[in-house]
Amino acid sequence: MNYNWDWNIFFKSTGIGSEIYLDWFISGLGWTIAVALVAWIAALAIGSVLGVMRTLPGKVLPAIATAYVELFRNVPLLVQLFMWYFVVPDYLPEATQIWFKQELNPATSAYISVVVCLALFTAARVCEQVRTGIQALPRGQSAAALAVGFSIGQTYRYVLLPQAFRVIIPPLTSEFLNIFKNSSVASLIGLMELLAQTKQTAEFSANIFEAFTLATVIYFVLNMSLMTLMNLIEKKVRIPGMMGGAK
Amino acid sequence: MSMIAIKNVSKWYGDFQVLTDCTTDVKKGEVVVVCGPSGSGKSTLIKTVNALEPFQKGEIFVDGVSVGDPKTDLPKLRARIGMVFQNFELFPHLSITENLTIAQQRVLGRSQDEAMQKGMHYLDRVGLKAQAGKFPGQLSGGQQQRVAIARALAMDPIAMLFDEPTSALDPEMVNEVLDVMVELAHEGMTMMCVTHEMGFARKVADRVIFMDRGAIVEDCEKEEFFGDIDARSERARHFLSKILQH
Amino acid sequence: MDFSQIIPSLPSLWDGMKLTLQLLALAVLGGIVLGTVLALARMSSNTVLSGLAKAYVNYFRSIPLLLVITWFYLAVPMILNWITGEFIAVGAFTSCLVAFVMFEAAYYCEIVRAGIQSISKGQLNAAYALGMNYGQAMRLIMLPQAFRKMTPLLLQQSIILFQDTSLVYAVGLIDFLNAARARGDIMGQSHEFLIFAGAVYFVISFGASTVVKRLQKRLAV
Repeated sequence: MNYNWDWNIFFKSTGIGSEIYLDWFISGLGWTIAVALVAWIAALAIGSVLGVMRTLPGKVLPAIATAYVELFRNVPLLVQLFMWYFVVPDYLPEATQIWFKQELNPATSAYISVVVCLALFTAARVCEQVRTGIQALPRGQSAAALAVGFSIGQTYRYVLLPQAFRVIIPPLTSEFLNIFKNSSVASLIGLMELLAQTKQTAEFSANIFEAFTLATVIYFVLNMSLMTLMNLIEKKVRIPGMMGGAK
Repeated sequence: MSMIAIKNVSKWYGDFQVLTDCTTDVKKGEVVVVCGPSGSGKSTLIKTVNALEPFQKGEIFVDGVSVGDPKTDLPKLRARIGMVFQNFELFPHLSITENLTIAQQRVLGRSQDEAMQKGMHYLDRVGLKAQAGKFPGQLSGGQQQRVAIARALAMDPIAMLFDEPTSALDPEMVNEVLDVMVELAHEGMTMMCVTHEMGFARKVADRVIFMDRGAIVEDCEKEEFFGDIDARSERARHFLSKILQH
Repeated sequence: MDFSQIIPSLPSLWDGMKLTLQLLALAVLGGIVLGTVLALARMSSNTVLSGLAKAYVNYFRSIPLLLVITWFYLAVPMILNWITGEFIAVGAFTSCLVAFVMFEAAYYCEIVRAGIQSISKGQLNAAYALGMNYGQAMRLIMLPQAFRKMTPLLLQQSIILFQDTSLVYAVGLIDFLNAARARGDIMGQSHEFLIFAGAVYFVISFGASTVVKRLQKRLAV
């Protein structure tokens, strides 16, 4: 078998309209970012609420949050995705069902499913980081906040969360990177994100190695840029005199 | 007039009793020092006054308001009582200025200007006006504790609680904090202080309470407490002999 | 909801589960062996070796597992073809196994490295002082202690790997999830079979992580 290396393949026509293969990669990257960013923002919000719940006094709220975490952490991501894409829509009210299955562009309904899936999946992980961050703070901090007259809500908002989030930036960064990588499962329900476009290019052009090399490079660069961004944020919010900041 | 009235307070952690039938009274303008060996329940007792520690039996009134009553608005009550902690507990992510103003603005609803003015006034009083723009982590322990006192005072408290305010400090920093406390006592602030600093007690306390194993063993005037050591209970004498050696 | 067809389908689901467990066992084994080699390379004083190991780990940690599975599925037969010059049918199982081993090794490497670094350097010096060479010191002194310490983390990573084996769906391998999907479609109960599959994954993962947590507590004492 002979393999025809051709690194110019990305600039060649796909044979569909006037598109070149590079267009496919760009559009795929666009979907990947659109999935990951939206899901991340939702995961951060839901996960923070759950993380706070796990640290509240009482039994009911922490138990609910714990059950959530265990459920979403112990079922494979792909099973969760199939649930959101194949199963859940069938139990929606009829009008919503028709809208989701027929009126929406198939790409849009796949997009909604994968965003919901990744948001809820990642929220369980964010929850655990937030909880750890809060519990790592000295116990006296919440006592001091209550002593100056803060309500529980104010104590979290002004004292505990601003400190906890600074502490957990590194583990949150790795969850942030994970959500980009995990978004590749969207290719299995037909969303043309980066991996799906790569596969398509490999199949159309038969230049498997070039296609996957480019995909790898894109993921690698994406990873590095996000890490740099998070490092910048971490530096920006660092408190002088705290956690290795300059005295 | 009694500012803090503690009546027959008992507290348990599960089966373990940490406070046993504690009764005492702090009058307006009075300075009361609470001492005792570690684990005697003194820190727990002082924290029941602003309900940081719940208790199961008895009653506590602060300026006539019942602390244990579930209907009491605790944040509102706590905002009227200043508290200083062993480990300072400044908010490390906020600048000194923000530490002084955040509760004034968010709890008391004061304007930024008013909060700033008050905060700076008390920061000046503890001699740290030059540090206003720094963060807690950039100050020494003694400086942090003085800021913590200023933070509490800026809320215009009707009484101040001190929970071992000098025991986490390096020895050379103890006095700068005690000086601020002495000054405060002279100005007539109502104070309840858990501390081992007997020099401070001698200088400004009106009364001294000695606790052991969760109970108040001695509760008497300063002169009486230090005047006739032999009249004290055996446990108090044992404790004092250990403390006063230094 | 009608779960009536699940019981009669258990034999074919069990076939899928057997493949899942086989893949898991081989991938854990291969991943830990390769991961340990990578960890030793990363800590080596030879900068070329440690640089290569570091690049390997960073590379695999920045790309999705699904990409590796898909790529290897297409690439492994071609590479073998180049090497041997003849066409060998490797099959999806082998290409997936290679993908898992190479991918997971990057993650196991970091766990093993942290484990070795948590053992005090004094132990290594003591081993050298007794006349051991590097191989002996690692094999007899450092690694046994390190593995004991990192067992919970290695197991935790393996539970994640157990869940990730379901990604072989992408290349059509009939693992437990895919067996449930296929069977559910045939029986006209695709929702029920999917929910059942999810429940089985949950029970196994949850049970295993509960055991790991207990183990962690016991090792911590």
